[in-house]
Amino acid sequence: MRVDLMHRVTVSAVPALFLSLALLVAAAPGVLAQAPQRGGAAELLAADPVLEERVTELSHKLRCLVCQNQSIAESNAPLAVDLRNQVREQLAAGKNEDQVIDYLVARYGDFVLYLPPVNGITLLLWVGPGLLLFSGAGWLALRLRRRADEPAAAALNNDQRNRARALLDGAPLPPEEPRS
Amino acid sequence: MKAKFLVPLVLFLVLAGFLGLGLTLNPRLVPSPLIDKPAPEFRLPQLENPDSYVSLADMRGKVWLLNVWASWCPACLQEHPVLLDLARQQVVPIVGLNYKDGRDDAIGWLRKHGDPYTTSVMDADGRVGIDYGVYGVPETFLIDQAGMIRYKHIGPVTPEAVRDLILPKIAELKRAG
Repeated sequence: MRVDLMHRVTVSAVPALFLSLALLVAAAPGVLAQAPQRGGAAELLAADPVLEERVTELSHKLRCLVCQNQSIAESNAPLAVDLRNQVREQLAAGKNEDQVIDYLVARYGDFVLYLPPVNGITLLLWVGPGLLLFSGAGWLALRLRRRADEPAAAALNNDQRNRARALLDGAPLPPEEPRS
Repeated sequence: MKAKFLVPLVLFLVLAGFLGLGLTLNPRLVPSPLIDKPAPEFRLPQLENPDSYVSLADMRGKVWLLNVWASWCPACLQEHPVLLDLARQQVVPIVGLNYKDGRDDAIGWLRKHGDPYTTSVMDADGRVGIDYGVYGVPETFLIDQAGMIRYKHIGPVTPEAVRDLILPKIAELKRAG
């Protein structure tokens, strides 16, 4: 089997742990010689909080290709870290969000987007649920109307009602009347 | 009217068909948008000789393979005999993109297991890997004379893939060029 880049992850993707680790590094320099990647999250946040917020916001919209159910904001797979750094670098260089998204889509395809664009391939994905809802509602409306048109079941006559009650109560059955 | 009771069964079978098909697909195979697009530029130091650089332009006019590998990647070892065999046939140059690896580790790995590469270049920070849409190792790109990516193989190259896909595509590209 092919090895995905997440197998090189040493710290699991728990942001709180990451943050506390970063704080630990900041508080006790020299204790941990190797800081995780390029500075901890807290360090980067302190350096430029506005930029970091844009990076995080954009990263939440981008899928990590290694841990496919995580965004690159949540994943600590090396590729996700690299891609976050790319996003940060490009935003810092003055590119806007759309340009960064175009850059990543050109390399990894629409797959990196959690919100895929509407095109020929994704059309069914976008309109499918609405189509199902409306066809289901239409079918239900048709059924209800048809049922309303059907004659209501004939009410029971007295004898039949007595017979039914007797059956329910376990009492001896009254003789059955011949049907008219 | 009579066959109405079959409707749920038919719906079920259609759904089961789609789900069954879905089971055979590999969600990890993400099709590359770079197929039939120009290969991204790069200029990287050679593994054995870091003072000398290799760039995309150096490979122009050739059909060649770009194989992304690393010494920390067990699947690379799995495909290694296949690459060695391909190199022995001298069909095309194979350039190794040594991805996020240590130089000494990489050189040691090639000494130990054999070196199928015409040359290997070092992508220490994985930047070129991102440009090529690499999301796992190994990956292999087939690039034509004009520098267009014609095929991407995700995961270890197998003898079957070489025989049925890569060699025929190489032959086709060489004829066309």
